Amino acid sequence: MTTNQETRLTALLGQNSFIELAARERSRQLLDAGSGRELVGPFERLSSPWLAQQGVVTQADDGVVVTKGSFNGQSCVVLAIEGAFQGGSLGEVGGAKIAGALELAALDNRNGIPTMAIIVFETGGVRLQEANLGLAAIAEIHSAIVDLRRCQPVIGIVAGTVGCFGGMSIAAALCSYFIVTREARLGLNGPAVIEQEAGIAEYDSRDRSFIWSITGGEQRALSGLVDVLAEDDVQQIRSHVAQLLARGVPRMHRSEQTARFISALDAADAATQATPGMARAIYAQGAQ
Amino acid sequence: MNSARQAEISRGARWFGALAGPALAGYPASLLVADGALGTRPVRWIAVVPDAHNRFERARHGEVGLIEGWHLARAVQEVVAADAGKPARTAIIAIVDVASQAYGRREEAYGIHLALAAAAGAYAAARLAGHPVVALIVGKAMSGAFLAHGYQAGRIVAFDDPEVMVHAMGKASAARITLRSVEALTALAETIPPMAYDIKNFAALGLLSATLNVADPDQPQPADLDLVGQALQDMLASMDAEAEHDLSTRLGSPLRQASQRVRELLRLQWSQTVTE
Repeated sequence: MTTNQETRLTALLGQNSFIELAARERSRQLLDAGSGRELVGPFERLSSPWLAQQGVVTQADDGVVVTKGSFNGQSCVVLAIEGAFQGGSLGEVGGAKIAGALELAALDNRNGIPTMAIIVFETGGVRLQEANLGLAAIAEIHSAIVDLRRCQPVIGIVAGTVGCFGGMSIAAALCSYFIVTREARLGLNGPAVIEQEAGIAEYDSRDRSFIWSITGGEQRALSGLVDVLAEDDVQQIRSHVAQLLARGVPRMHRSEQTARFISALDAADAATQATPGMARAIYAQGAQ
Repeated sequence: MNSARQAEISRGARWFGALAGPALAGYPASLLVADGALGTRPVRWIAVVPDAHNRFERARHGEVGLIEGWHLARAVQEVVAADAGKPARTAIIAIVDVASQAYGRREEAYGIHLALAAAAGAYAAARLAGHPVVALIVGKAMSGAFLAHGYQAGRIVAFDDPEVMVHAMGKASAARITLRSVEALTALAETIPPMAYDIKNFAALGLLSATLNVADPDQPQPADLDLVGQALQDMLASMDAEAEHDLSTRLGSPLRQASQRVRELLRLQWSQTVTE
């Protein structure tokens, strides 16, 4: 074993993996030590009324954990989706937890309390067993992010291994700042759906290296579509959050940079099938 | 207009033409934008329509793709910028007939999620800035396409018609993802209101402000234009009377009790101090 490999191994062994943590623990560790308090927790037994009707096993927190506490002393709410329950899909209850908490954070700001929000995405998007109520909740989440981000940065994280897709990828793109790891994937349509709709030649859902080359965290960072590519380490992710928070509310959010993205897409060669390199190239101009 | 020609023009385009008139130049062919008025109220009309020559081949049938998302954002941002510092707020009416978002490799590679966020974010920001925004669903309002174009409106109105449909995913894909057959999925939709595709079930969820019975949803008639125009004006007036520009009017249905209960508990627990 060479010295380089030894150094790498020591670093890896010293890391405290964020990916391996469940949603509740992720939230607790992001917040200041001991400050986290779960709201509408599992003992409220607010599980999905719709899954039960379909004979699908429910979970007492519906797969979303709301934790209020402080981040470096500032009032903060962490909304973490549990990817291990129903693929992190958003139904009525889980969606209402996220939207409702963001609405209260915005209200705090209007009342002079500068509450910020961190959203930990691990989700395939709408829970299809609750289809239209999931979609409605996601629209309400979009609205609440846009409202809150006028006052305080809304920081998104997708660590993996589920990734972030569907309507929740739109929510991710509305965040003020976004952190990914190499294990993360971020895209609108899940690979199986694209293959179903467009064919295997367009998108081979079983080709993992291809999927990561298009939607993986590193590619998204190199294309400037997210802000930070982080190591899978709790402390490093926490310090990235602190640095992003210190930047304050962006003068113009990425999703508001209409002129820049329209001119980049105008310059893209739409007749040729996209490659990871083309995506990096078209957005290299004007990237921050 | 002969019937062959009609077949090429989408419902959304026909209603846009009848309500808004000629589209402004300067937008992609898949995006129709016009400035007009409802009564005395200035209005910007916006529709996404099929463009057989779309540069992006996966967005040639009326899908909301990369170009559509960003230009929707632009069309809405222009209204907000033009009214900044003025007391009056131009209304925005999204005519919705969108079968889906665009599914493709280019779309994912170039960040279609961000393009749709741009559109959804622009509509939400306009509403929060006091622009009354109405979505008029004349055809399909599906999934990400609807999130980008219409779902941020303060009021949603829809034609009461079998062709009108709101859902999170097309049936074939939804069946594949949930490991069910299309038949099983259709059967479930009969008893589980949020899984249904039709507008009556969508209305039962409390997400619609009105359903409109037009004589011919495929061919706007003068009486229908009056009906739709009046309904839209009523929506604008009701929003002008509100202090908040949020989406809380959607929460009242008995089928959304859980959405209300979660918010109620969050409010109660939000400011409590730790009692351990």
